[in-house]
Amino acid sequence: MRELSLHVLDLVQNSIAAGADRIRILIRENDARHLLQIRVEDNGCGMTPQQAKQACDPFFTTRTTRTVGLGIPLFKMAAEMTGGSFRIDSVCGAGTVVTAEFDTGHVDMIPLGDINGTVALLIRCNPELDFEFRRSFGEKELALDTALLRRELGEDISLNDADVIGWISEYLQEETGRLLSGRETSAADTLRTDDGKTDRNLPSGTQERKGHTR
Amino acid sequence: MKSLAELKAIKEKMQSQVGLRTESSADVRVLVGMATCGIAAGARPVLNTFAEETAKHHLNVLVTQTGCIGMCQYEPVVEVYDADGTKTTYVKMTAEKAARVVSDHLINGNVVTEFTLGAN
Repeated sequence: MRELSLHVLDLVQNSIAAGADRIRILIRENDARHLLQIRVEDNGCGMTPQQAKQACDPFFTTRTTRTVGLGIPLFKMAAEMTGGSFRIDSVCGAGTVVTAEFDTGHVDMIPLGDINGTVALLIRCNPELDFEFRRSFGEKELALDTALLRRELGEDISLNDADVIGWISEYLQEETGRLLSGRETSAADTLRTDDGKTDRNLPSGTQERKGHTR
Repeated sequence: MKSLAELKAIKEKMQSQVGLRTESSADVRVLVGMATCGIAAGARPVLNTFAEETAKHHLNVLVTQTGCIGMCQYEPVVEVYDADGTKTTYVKMTAEKAARVVSDHLINGNVVTEFTLGAN
């Protein structure tokens, strides 16, 4: 995959398949330490220690449409390629936490990409589930919690209403701008987002990749 | 600056429209494959385009995600279920192709044959 935000989208599909109704997506960036941490927490059915181990095996899957399951193995590989780490903490019947750490200065670091697009899409497709998205950059943090929005909107209005999704997208864009203001961006940090707009909100430390912009 | 007050305004606007809106559930469904294979092949912009275009034209269409249907080499795969239950499977989709399917198929009722599974 070309962006870590697509891996996040994929991971959350696992949480949804596990019957979770509250999913937290946590992104932590530390420029000075070249660290990016991605964590997805859910309250789904969880896994036994043996299942959690099998999830990292590309030739294991619970689905019947095909015989391979690449989501978790690919994400694990993306983290480990940068010299980072990956772990699954799961409690059967309580939920799962997937955590990956990336060294943003490594030459094999994949950009975070359009994480706001991932969050907006998840809310749009799963208006009955609650998502909490937190992204921190140094001392600053942005947060979006659909449980709060739901309280504000009342029960009659679905979160996937076009006006509401529009508000969420604009809110995330504004907050991301505030979060990342002052951060140095290089040409290598620029990537086109899905809708063709230029996205400068990518993890830094990719200076080594200059000349390899897409 | 986006504020929660704006959500209140959206809520009030919607409530004033409640009388005008017919509370029928969507007859037409658009399912976009969103498993690892679909996501890696570019399903995210396809789904976003379907959602935005149908909202723009005020179509009563449910755009949602589905899992892997086992044809990973054809991803992004999109299934369109018409009101009469007919299923059309579009393969190797892009955002541009999605916009065309909205205007030709969903609005005008003409299946875009060249994007279907049968033609690929």
